[in-house]
Amino acid sequence: MKIDIILAGVGGQGILSIATTIGYAAVNNGLYLKQAEVHGMSQRGGDVQSNLRISDEEIFSDLIPKGQADLIISVEPMEALRYLPLLSKTGWVITNDQPFNNISNYPAVDDIMGELSKLPQKIIINADQIAKDLGSPRSANMVILGAASPFLTMEYQILEDAIAAQFASKGQEVVDVNIAALKAGREYAMKNK
Amino acid sequence: MQKLLLLGDEAIAQAAIDAGISGIYAYPGTPSTEITEYIQKSKEAAEKNIHRTWAANEKTALETAIGMSYAGKRAMASMKHVGLNVAADPFMNVAITGANGGLVIVVADDPSMHSSQNEQDSRTFGRFSMIPIFEPSNQQEAYDMTRYAFNFSEQYQIPVIVRITTRLAHSRSGVTMAKKQEENKLQMPKNLRQYVLLPAIARKQYNELIEKQVHFEEESENSIYNKFIEGSDKSMGIIASGIAYNYLMENYPDRKCPYPIIKLSQYPIPRKMIKKLYDMCDSIMVMEEGYPIIEELLRGILDDGKTIKGRLDGSLPRAGELDPNSVAKALGFKRYEGNPVPEVVKQRPPALCVGCSHIDSYNALNEAIKKYGEGRVFADIGCYTLGALPPFNAINSCVDMGASITMAKGAANAGLVPAVAVIGDSTFTHSGMTSLLDAIIDKTPITVLILDNSTTGMTGGQDSHGFGRIEDICLGLGVEREHLHIIKPLRKNHEENVALIADELAYDGVSVIIPTRECIQTLNRRMRQKFKAKAE
Repeated sequence: MKIDIILAGVGGQGILSIATTIGYAAVNNGLYLKQAEVHGMSQRGGDVQSNLRISDEEIFSDLIPKGQADLIISVEPMEALRYLPLLSKTGWVITNDQPFNNISNYPAVDDIMGELSKLPQKIIINADQIAKDLGSPRSANMVILGAASPFLTMEYQILEDAIAAQFASKGQEVVDVNIAALKAGREYAMKNK
Repeated sequence: MQKLLLLGDEAIAQAAIDAGISGIYAYPGTPSTEITEYIQKSKEAAEKNIHRTWAANEKTALETAIGMSYAGKRAMASMKHVGLNVAADPFMNVAITGANGGLVIVVADDPSMHSSQNEQDSRTFGRFSMIPIFEPSNQQEAYDMTRYAFNFSEQYQIPVIVRITTRLAHSRSGVTMAKKQEENKLQMPKNLRQYVLLPAIARKQYNELIEKQVHFEEESENSIYNKFIEGSDKSMGIIASGIAYNYLMENYPDRKCPYPIIKLSQYPIPRKMIKKLYDMCDSIMVMEEGYPIIEELLRGILDDGKTIKGRLDGSLPRAGELDPNSVAKALGFKRYEGNPVPEVVKQRPPALCVGCSHIDSYNALNEAIKKYGEGRVFADIGCYTLGALPPFNAINSCVDMGASITMAKGAANAGLVPAVAVIGDSTFTHSGMTSLLDAIIDKTPITVLILDNSTTGMTGGQDSHGFGRIEDICLGLGVEREHLHIIKPLRKNHEENVALIADELAYDGVSVIIPTRECIQTLNRRMRQKFKAKAE
């Protein structure tokens, strides 16, 4: 088993929380993992990505080679497109459809959606709305992770367990709402893939 | 043994704790910051009372680590590559004094300049000072080699470098710990003149350093971290140092590279091992994350031996970090490289945060200086360097820590009056105070803005030595009371702040203006913690 994932977003959007959940799930199931992160200057509202590699064999490169990512998971639609050179021919793009507009020349949203719709394998989801409907706007990233879950080649239950462990210190309520977000995202993906 | 998911930086930090250090000394700098932060957050480090507060700069950090080593205890100094420039004076000389307690200097290089002004390769400094370098290729080696480095340092009474680059520093993987070691006891150097570098003693010590080289090289030949891996195809031999080895192996999914390989992670360079590869193969490919150091040495001045491939002949890119794709090309593989980025995607450069005090400071400065024309603002290193970008376009330099004030002084000496310096509070206490003293002594007409956001912002909000002290420091250095102002950078104070800056621009001497308002990031963090504490 081997999966290469690009996590994408804008500095401050918390893409690493998604990485933490997947990473926890992987490591607790005896898999190898490498996760390259962006620290420093770009965290100030610039584009950020994380290369997440999971395998049942030793992993060498911390970076995913171009054209080899199995998944792009993005919390922002334009950022999903930025990493297309990394995506494999059979790869999936899972992205939030809510723009994060902090630049003066942000493109027209229709143009971004037009590019996304051209992709052969994609899940485009309004994670913000789904999280809001669940009464937990801060769980949007977990909705996106849920939408990506059918493609992770990992048992779904393992992710729920990881969330339970990750949020345990914040109380059962927080755990429950994040698991609900995960489920909602997953359901959307199953229906729309 | 326990397995932890650690960044390369954190693996080094955990290794330092487990190796029994008594102190970590550092100034924040990407990609090295997380080493010290990990130790600062460690319960174990707190229980053991390991010294772990930030230093004013890399020079004071390294000197303090040298003092701890003198007293027989294990010490680590960590810094980014350009930080070693600041610490170069103690660094070059501690090679001559040698160490007593284990002394490990961690330097995190930043090839491709993700968060830096240059991509200098610290292995050059290792050669320059003639001390051993350890260059781990992964997180586990970062842990293991740091432990090894402390033992090596004590065995040979020599400071050593652990050199990593951004990708390893900021990439996470599972790391297995080894048995912990107790702290050393206080113990003076056997020779109390070891650290007295009077010329007569320095000459003797220098000879000893030269004599040690043969032992260092012997260690490199036999090190478990330098591996000669046999291969059947002798048309080429490959030398892969540090994390370059990972990119090489990535290109052989079955892990079977046909060429003989030297996986190199310990310096000085093991010459016998290299000779064996050279004699065995028709050509040599050198893969290095950084400068083509091994490649240049292998080519020599005349470059008239066997064919050498690497960064100098274009097989690999001359600058920037390596990646699996550039290495694939060098090996002659043609790989699918994905679809291009659609044109609709726009650049998203980093920017000052919404609510950042620097925004108001720059808006005021831009308006006050407008009538003098462009090109008069010398800035420094920190979040406020982003003032170079639109919409501010406010600054004209960012060279090195503290250079803003001294460059403004030089420009003013040349006749560019008024000249302005913009520097942050932490950068000011790092390297700006002596610059300001120069200007005061000369009574040079410059206006200095010390943007005081009470933190080291760009690296994530570490404590600043300048906290609550900037005004007193300026007065102590000799800034005139009537030309020292603290202002509050807020939109509602804009007109008032513009007028004050304009007045000081017209003053024929040193003025210091301190726009003071807390970093919005640290403020938010503080408020969240306060809220949380209240809720509990």
